[in-house]
Amino acid sequence: MSGPSTYNPSTGIEKWLDDRLPIIRLGYDSFVDFPTPRNLNYWWTFGGILAVFLMIQIVSGIVLAMHYVAHEDYAFESVQRITRDVPFGWLIQSMHANGASFFFVAVYLHMFRGLYYGSYKAPREVLWILGVVIYLLMMATGFMGYVLPWGQMSYWGAMVITNLIGALPFIGDALREWLWGGFSVGQSTLNRFFSLHYLLPFVIAAVVGLHIWALHVPGNGNPVGLETRKGKDNKKDTLPFHPYYTVKDGFAIIVYLMVFAVFVFFLPTVLGHADNYIEADPLVTPAHIVPEWYYLPFYAILRAITFDIGPIDAKLGGVLAMFGAIGILFVLPWLDTSKVRSMRYRPLTRWFFIFFVVAALGLGWCGAVNPDDFVLGITGFKFLYLGQFLTFYYFAYFIIVLPVMGIIEKPKERPASIEAAVLGSDKA
Amino acid sequence: MTEENGAPGADGQEPSRRDFIYIAAGGAAAVGGGLVAWPFIDQMNPAADTLALGSIRVDVSVVAVGSEVTVMWRGGPVFIRHRTEEEIAEAQSVELDALPDEEARNDNLPTGTPGTDANRVLRPEFLIVKGNCTHLGCVPLGLGANTGDYDGWYCPCHGSHYDTSARIRRGPAPENLPVPDYFFETETTVKIGLSPEEASNSGWAVS
Amino acid sequence: MKMTRIFAAAIAALGFAGTAAAFEGEQYPPKEHHWHHDGPFGTYDRQSVQRGYQIYQEVCASCHSMDLMRFRNLAQRGGPFEEEAFPNPNDNPVVMQIAGSYTRVWDQDEVNDDGDPIERAGLPSDAFPAPFANVQMARASNGGAYPPDLSLIVKARTGGENYLYSLLTGYYDEPEDSHLAPGMYYNPYFAGGAIAMAPPLAEGIIEYADGTEASVEQMAEDVTTFLSWAGDPHMETRKQMGVMVLLYLLIFAILVYLAYRQVWANVKH
Repeated sequence: MSGPSTYNPSTGIEKWLDDRLPIIRLGYDSFVDFPTPRNLNYWWTFGGILAVFLMIQIVSGIVLAMHYVAHEDYAFESVQRITRDVPFGWLIQSMHANGASFFFVAVYLHMFRGLYYGSYKAPREVLWILGVVIYLLMMATGFMGYVLPWGQMSYWGAMVITNLIGALPFIGDALREWLWGGFSVGQSTLNRFFSLHYLLPFVIAAVVGLHIWALHVPGNGNPVGLETRKGKDNKKDTLPFHPYYTVKDGFAIIVYLMVFAVFVFFLPTVLGHADNYIEADPLVTPAHIVPEWYYLPFYAILRAITFDIGPIDAKLGGVLAMFGAIGILFVLPWLDTSKVRSMRYRPLTRWFFIFFVVAALGLGWCGAVNPDDFVLGITGFKFLYLGQFLTFYYFAYFIIVLPVMGIIEKPKERPASIEAAVLGSDKA
Repeated sequence: MTEENGAPGADGQEPSRRDFIYIAAGGAAAVGGGLVAWPFIDQMNPAADTLALGSIRVDVSVVAVGSEVTVMWRGGPVFIRHRTEEEIAEAQSVELDALPDEEARNDNLPTGTPGTDANRVLRPEFLIVKGNCTHLGCVPLGLGANTGDYDGWYCPCHGSHYDTSARIRRGPAPENLPVPDYFFETETTVKIGLSPEEASNSGWAVS
Repeated sequence: MKMTRIFAAAIAALGFAGTAAAFEGEQYPPKEHHWHHDGPFGTYDRQSVQRGYQIYQEVCASCHSMDLMRFRNLAQRGGPFEEEAFPNPNDNPVVMQIAGSYTRVWDQDEVNDDGDPIERAGLPSDAFPAPFANVQMARASNGGAYPPDLSLIVKARTGGENYLYSLLTGYYDEPEDSHLAPGMYYNPYFAGGAIAMAPPLAEGIIEYADGTEASVEQMAEDVTTFLSWAGDPHMETRKQMGVMVLLYLLIFAILVYLAYRQVWANVKH
């Protein structure tokens, strides 16, 4: 961790343990005395919120698994039994289903924060990459979890997404059958998805451990994007994590939980889809298949590629674009050529970033509707075209805007230090 | 520089109010944590559909004199034996001090009730007991297989002998086979899972 | 075949909803109806749920199953026949009487000593009896259309209660340019406008036990309320607990915010 440990075992037992397993020292250095930039704003509280939601999902999930039956004939009924007959089952099921959405809201805000404040730049590339790994694992976990209630959307969502694998050349069909464990989505698929859905959150927890480790080597980034100074000036730039950020994170967590509670108790089904209250039927496809909202932007990118690109046909092209949209995040630290971290001091790129957020939301909108519908009823202006334009911008932001702007943009003057930023007039 | 020592409110603000806020916030967290835990604990209790099967109705008119049936109740066997006059007489003639377990073991009656045959049945002709040996839970054999040395039941696992009132007479089992809560709803239907008292309180017809 | 056509029409309707092109089978948005159980404090109107159960039992149940419902549900907390004297819904005399009025084979695994399934009177723990043994039989008896299970119907339809209410009160004379297949009925609230279900409700088809006048609107409202309860039987507990949880979180948030102000009182940031 950064800086020497300041932990002083105060009792004999602590001293004894510290010589053998310095776990209290680890906790103390990581979450009590850890020097944290004093200028973190509320965008920095989503890490703590995410930790809380990972716990909520794991605990409620373990409990649901005590009642769930992973069988195509009983899965739907067993989930309904949980909400009807199991004591507090309705509450726990609602927490788990809505918890997934709130987990994703928090992770998206956490990621946009990282993009805006340049949290992916040296020396935090590994921290960022681990974050993208967590995000990928979350996507996989969420996808398989959505299959488990075995409603119509569960089934057909699984069908559509697993069929994407079939687009891969040569190995596609074999890989898809391997994934299904049969010739279609069925009992084997459901059973293995249940197994993996139970496993992956623990993998996520482990990668979160690495993520925090990688965070605590360079320490937190911050809104002005300057490193905390070393030596005696370090104290002027930082505050101990506890109590300053424990209480700030705590407050943010409670506020976020309030919004969560509104959904759990008063709008428990509003984020779901009506079709998922119909049991899976392999013979009837719902009129309009949409994935869970948190996949919509990627679904829109998938559908935006309606043309062949050289030897790559449209279907494979869509799949590659969709995975590429996440894959590009892995190399982002090397695409952004600017030495300036925070968008506060990047007057032009900042606007490109804001439009990137708009594009991401717009892609979500495109993913939710029929691509042949007209945007705002404007005849001829299909959602498909909007989706294609936004998909182009999504990739252009990473491949063109960030590399080029880093070279041509003249950043604004930055304060000399975090202390100066806090004390000085620069209160952006 | 007072801000650097990490002691909140080191500016001499009235400590009692400051402490109150910390204690109240910490207390609220503790209370919340406790309340949140409850649903996660309670969910493991029997669910409503399981509880709904907590009482069953059995038509005993199909059980002929001198025969017995085994029915499933709460996931385990219940013996219903339609006893013959001889079996009843045999059960009634046993002196209390001949019994290893002198308790009635009848859920309908308070503990400490002596284990006479009369205290083990509602009607002498029908003996209704839970069918797991009180030793380690095996299901004893009965009519048609092996009634043991006392004409009741014999547990093959460790050799416990029960008499015609399903009381333990010899072997390792410590207690008589317990009598569940039940009552006669009509002359021929018995409801297992509710005592006559509970039943009449709940508006059931008790015959 | 009919289903395929409806299905195609449904896709078409969804695909072009919101465009100016009006054509046969345009789907109307559901009517806005006020429900007693709307809003964060709304509770089910018990009388309405009871009447709705009567409608289900006397009208709907001849075609529509409710596989997830048990008779005991009618007497559980928040249910239409809940009574304080019987905290255990399985002991509720009204429900016992309702369940007991059905005699049939309830469970193919419940057999006598010859191995034949036993026919017996219903118990509170038994499921609502289904009108058809399987989907094929249901289709065969309904001109190929499958009457969906109603246990979750309010949750399983976009628009929920309003959609159901609109559908039940939405049978109109068919427009001139429509070409309804035989056995189909015009209902613009249904995707595609052609529905295989004959108008189920008509003035005075039943007599309410509580003397309420059985108009089509009244019956539609009651049966929708009943189905809404059936799909979400813990709604009242859920909302009550939600209010308590939010109150608690609000107080907790205020306390932690005050603590936050204290901690950061003298720190520039």
